[in-house]
Amino acid sequence: MADLALAPTPTDTEPSGGSIGRADQPLPGWSGYRRRARLVGRYTVMVACAVLMVGPFVWMVLAALRTDADIRSVPPTLFPDPVTGENFTRVTEAFDFWRFTANSIGIAIASTILQLATATAAAYAFARIQFKGRNLLFALYLATMMIPLQVVIVPLFIEMRNLGLVDSYAALLLPTIVSSFGTFLMRQAFLGLPSELDEAAFIDGANHFQVFTKVLLPLVKPALATFAVFAFMATWNSFLWPLVITQASDRHVTLPVGLSRLNGRFGTDWNVVMAGSVISIAPIVVFYAFTQRWVIRSVAYTGMK
Amino acid sequence: MVGQTGVKKALWVSAFLGPSLLALLAFSIGPMVGTLWVSLQDWNLIRDAEFIGLDNYRELWGDEDFHRALRNTLYYLVGYLPLALVGGLGLALLVNSKLKGVAVFRAMYFLPVVTSWVVVALLWKWLLNPSDGLVNWLLGLVGIDGPGWWTSRTWAMPSVILASAWKDLGFVMIILLAGLQSIDESLYEAAKIDGAGAWQRLRSITIPMLTPSLFFVTVISLINGFQVFDQVWVMTDGGPAGSSTVVVEQIVKNTFTFGRAGYASAMSVVLFVIILVVTALQLRMQKRWVFYG
Repeated sequence: MADLALAPTPTDTEPSGGSIGRADQPLPGWSGYRRRARLVGRYTVMVACAVLMVGPFVWMVLAALRTDADIRSVPPTLFPDPVTGENFTRVTEAFDFWRFTANSIGIAIASTILQLATATAAAYAFARIQFKGRNLLFALYLATMMIPLQVVIVPLFIEMRNLGLVDSYAALLLPTIVSSFGTFLMRQAFLGLPSELDEAAFIDGANHFQVFTKVLLPLVKPALATFAVFAFMATWNSFLWPLVITQASDRHVTLPVGLSRLNGRFGTDWNVVMAGSVISIAPIVVFYAFTQRWVIRSVAYTGMK
Repeated sequence: MVGQTGVKKALWVSAFLGPSLLALLAFSIGPMVGTLWVSLQDWNLIRDAEFIGLDNYRELWGDEDFHRALRNTLYYLVGYLPLALVGGLGLALLVNSKLKGVAVFRAMYFLPVVTSWVVVALLWKWLLNPSDGLVNWLLGLVGIDGPGWWTSRTWAMPSVILASAWKDLGFVMIILLAGLQSIDESLYEAAKIDGAGAWQRLRSITIPMLTPSLFFVTVISLINGFQVFDQVWVMTDGGPAGSSTVVVEQIVKNTFTFGRAGYASAMSVVLFVIILVVTALQLRMQKRWVFYG
């Protein structure tokens, strides 16, 4: 599975697989030279791509440390001169970015847990309990995958207003607590497990809840991890719904919305805007740095059919 | 399961399905029906709604702004999709090896995916800043007079496309990489014995075997692409002079700025139908080009 395939073996330094840069039998002389040249070429391209993909973030961090004059200087200098922490002060004086960060983390964690709970439970019913109308109901779940938030934003806003929830944590959270994608993913995972497992547990006197939590859930950890990664990233980065539902105040604003407000206030003071951006990506980048292996494995998992 | 009474089973089913079903009804299916209903009203969210039948749809039919938003959304897709697919495929081929440190490179290429659209949009808005942005300065070094990017009516949409493709390259890369690694090695061995070159092997083995992954990425990218909003909102706000306006941005502005919730809902319905039709078409056409070996 993806687990094995994507884990590089450190001892094996030969390029293999794919259609470019495949290692031939090690040959002396000219061929060996060509092989080494190809290896160097490949690393050069990889480094160039890394500069393209990560460079902008490095440039962002450097910008956050520049003075107003420095950020506008043409030609630009590589390192800020002088280095200043001023921009971060300006950001946090204008907006409560710590609160935005706490909001974002809280909502993303709560949403992920709730999505995991609702979707795995539903998936269990669809995979393991025979009941009338099961296929029809499952088709309905799948159909909701085709209803993006963008399409229902107006009635959703009205609904929250009628419930008196505009500009509240509940309004931010509620529309995200169920995932039909997650239900689908977990149902697939459950279907991959033999039914003898549950039958044995039922004979031992277990009920559905025990079979679900004690027998099946521990066996679908890769799928759970994948689902958790997607749920967390989606909520953490979501913008449109938080934008429209938190318009009234700054209290329930999440990082993406806070950042767009910062941009509205500071316009082209790019050093200040980039300082805000640095604050807003710091938690997720740190989290990603420690979990990148299974984040990437999880994304790969959805591509395996 | 064996020997359970109907009532008991019904209780279990509702316990397992209840929470998600209620949430889907309240926050997805219900509002979808609501969108249809509101689209038949003249309503500014404050005074009482007035039923006007299909008038909103009739107005949409002749609305130049909406047509432009639709055209721009298509423009976005036509620009974004090839860039993300070809770029992502390139990266996937590049990191599909067991070379030392290759996992670190994968992780680096994936970094933009985990950051938010707002951050990426702001970052690129600044990099593409016409007067003192990094990109135009670099272009200047090689003697190119860079365009006005997001301040220009011609270049606003390409700016959005560029930033979006850059953000999603890593995602496409990982999905395609998973596809690449499931290709049977012996196919390449056989092709080599037959004397096939690298380019031939790419065309006759890699690409065909990769079509299921390409299909998956295309379906997802198209569904997401039709809903493009965040990066447009941050980078150009639909401008200059409406040159980069897109459908969802029109929905938001009509609802919250122009007080036309009914009209915006009609746009939502049209967008929904378009996404539905395009996805259905893709599913039907997949037999023509997707190879499930």
